[in-house]
Amino acid sequence: MAKLVSRPSRTFSEQSYIPEIVKGLGVSMKHFFKNTFSSRANSDIVTIAYPEEKRIYPERFRGVHRLTHRADGTPRCVACLCCSTACPAQCIHIEAGEYGEGTSQHGYERYPKVFVIDELRCIFCGYCVEACPCDAIRMDTGVHVPASTRREHFIFDKEMLMSMPGQDGTFLTANPRHEPGDPSHPGLDREHKH
Amino acid sequence: MDGGIIATLLKIVFVVIIILTFAPLLIWAERRQSAMMQDRIGPTRAGIKIGNLNITLGGLLHPLADALKFVWKEDFVPPAADKLLHSLGPIIALVPAISVFAVIPFGGYLHLDNLFDVLEPGQVFDLPGISLQVANVNVGILYIFAIAGTGVVGAAVAGYSSNSKYALIGGVRAASQMVSYEVALGLTLVGCFMVYDSLLLQDMVTFQRTPVSWLPGNFSLWGIVYQPLAFFLFFTAAIAETKRIPFDAPEGESELAAGYLTEYSGMKFGMFFMGEFVEVITSSALLITLFLGGYDLPFLEDYGFDIFGFVVGVPHVAVIALQVITFILKIVIIIWLQLTIRWSLPRFRYDQIMQLCWKILLPASLVNILVTGAVILLLRN
Repeated sequence: MAKLVSRPSRTFSEQSYIPEIVKGLGVSMKHFFKNTFSSRANSDIVTIAYPEEKRIYPERFRGVHRLTHRADGTPRCVACLCCSTACPAQCIHIEAGEYGEGTSQHGYERYPKVFVIDELRCIFCGYCVEACPCDAIRMDTGVHVPASTRREHFIFDKEMLMSMPGQDGTFLTANPRHEPGDPSHPGLDREHKH
Repeated sequence: MDGGIIATLLKIVFVVIIILTFAPLLIWAERRQSAMMQDRIGPTRAGIKIGNLNITLGGLLHPLADALKFVWKEDFVPPAADKLLHSLGPIIALVPAISVFAVIPFGGYLHLDNLFDVLEPGQVFDLPGISLQVANVNVGILYIFAIAGTGVVGAAVAGYSSNSKYALIGGVRAASQMVSYEVALGLTLVGCFMVYDSLLLQDMVTFQRTPVSWLPGNFSLWGIVYQPLAFFLFFTAAIAETKRIPFDAPEGESELAAGYLTEYSGMKFGMFFMGEFVEVITSSALLITLFLGGYDLPFLEDYGFDIFGFVVGVPHVAVIALQVITFILKIVIIIWLQLTIRWSLPRFRYDQIMQLCWKILLPASLVNILVTGAVILLLRN
C-alpha cells in the first residue's frame, strides 16, 4: 500500500545549499581559529596527551586496591576473611597469622601473614571494600592496573598492596582506629568489662 | 626558448621540490587542522629520540612514519588481478597530477643579468627574461585539461584491474564523475579565455597584474572580479576533480569499502594518496593563477611597491622572491580552505553529484560564457 510521505519543508536558502554550506564552514573555522590561536586553557580542545597528562579520576573511582596502614605502619587488616568471602571473583587469598604471646593484640585479633589479590581475576566490584569491618582494604588509589605482558605482575602481594597510597597521598584512613586497651575503645576489653 | 636547458632543469627541480614538500605537509595539515576543527589535539606522537630528547615537531614527523610504513608494508596484488594494469594504475594517477604543474607560473620573468637593479616606474628590461614556469606551452591551459584528464584513467584502471566488485564500482564512479566535471571545469574556463584573451597562463597572470586604466591609482583587478561566477563553479568542479569529500563517492567507505583503492596496499596505495594530495595542490595553484592573481602581490610592480603613487623601489631579485613567496602563501591559504571544506561537509549522494554537475554547474557555466561574451561585445563596440 502506498504511503504518503510528507516532504520536509525547506526554505529556498536551505534548498539552495550554499548559505548553509557557508554557515557550516563558519562553524568549522570558528573552532579552528579558537583552538589554533588561543592557549590550551582557553581553547575548546577536550582531548589530552594521555601518558603525559592524566585526568584526575573521580573520588569514588574504583582503582587498584590498597591495604591501609595503622599508625605504626602495620596493616589495619585483621584477617577476618570478610573480603575474600564477599569477593564474587574469588581473587583474594589470605592466610591469617596470630600475634605473638604477650603482645596486646594476642588473642584479640589476627593479622594477614599472606594477603594476595589477583588483579587479573578482580572485577573491581568493590564488594571487598564494602565488606571490610576495619576499613583495611580500599580502592581509592586512583590508578588502574598498569599494563604488562606477564601474569606474575598482576598478582599483588601484601607489600605491594601496602606500598600504594590513596588518592590523597596518605597510607592511613580518616576513620579512627582504637587499639585494644585504649580508653576510647568502644568494645569489651581483655577482662570482658566495658 | 627562454633560459635554456639548465634553467628549465632548475625550474623542474624547484617545482618538484615544492610539490614533494607540500604533499607531506598537507598530510600533516589535514590531520592537525581537522583536529583543531573538531576540538581535538590530533596526532603529535611520532618523534625521533635523541638521548632523552624526543623531537616531534608538533606531529610533522607523522608523514615520515607514514612513508616508512608504506615502504615496508607488503605490496599485495590480488591473485586474479591484472598484474600489469594493477601496477600501472598508481603511476597513471600520480604522474599527470605532478606534470600539470609544468605550465603554472610561480613567478614573473627573471632577468639574470639585472638581479640587483631597481627599475624606474615605466621602465622595462631590454632582454626577455626567464619565465618562471617550467614550460611555456602555447596551448597553455588546454595542456592542463589534456594531462589532468588522464588522471581519470588511473582510477578507472585501478578499479578495473583489481578484480573486485567494490573496486570496479569505485573505478566506474570515479571515471564518470571526473569526466562529467571535466566538462564543467572546461566550460567555466572559457569565460576566462575570453576575458584574458590568451591561453597562456603567464599572460593571464600578467593581465591580472596590469593596472586597470579606468581605476585611479595602480589598481589591478584579479580574475575573480571579472569572473565571480566562474570562480565558484571552477572551485566546486576542482574539488570534485580531486575526488575528495564531499565528492568522494568513488571511494565512499560506507558503501564501497575503499572504492578503487580497496585492493591496494603499501607504496602503491601511497602513490594514490600522494596523487590525491598533489591534485589538491595543483588545483589550488590553478585556481590562484586563473582567478586570484597568480603570483601577484597587491601593489607590487616590477619596479617595487607602488601604493597610490608612493613608490618604494625594490631590487629585481627581491621582487621575484616576493612573487614566489606570495604564490606559495596563496596556495597555502587555498589549501587551508579546501581542507576546511573537506572536513565540514558530508559526502553527496552519487546522484546528487551527477545532478550538481549536469543540471547546475554546466548550465551555469554556459550562462557565464553567454554573459561574458555579451559584455565583451558591448565594451568593444
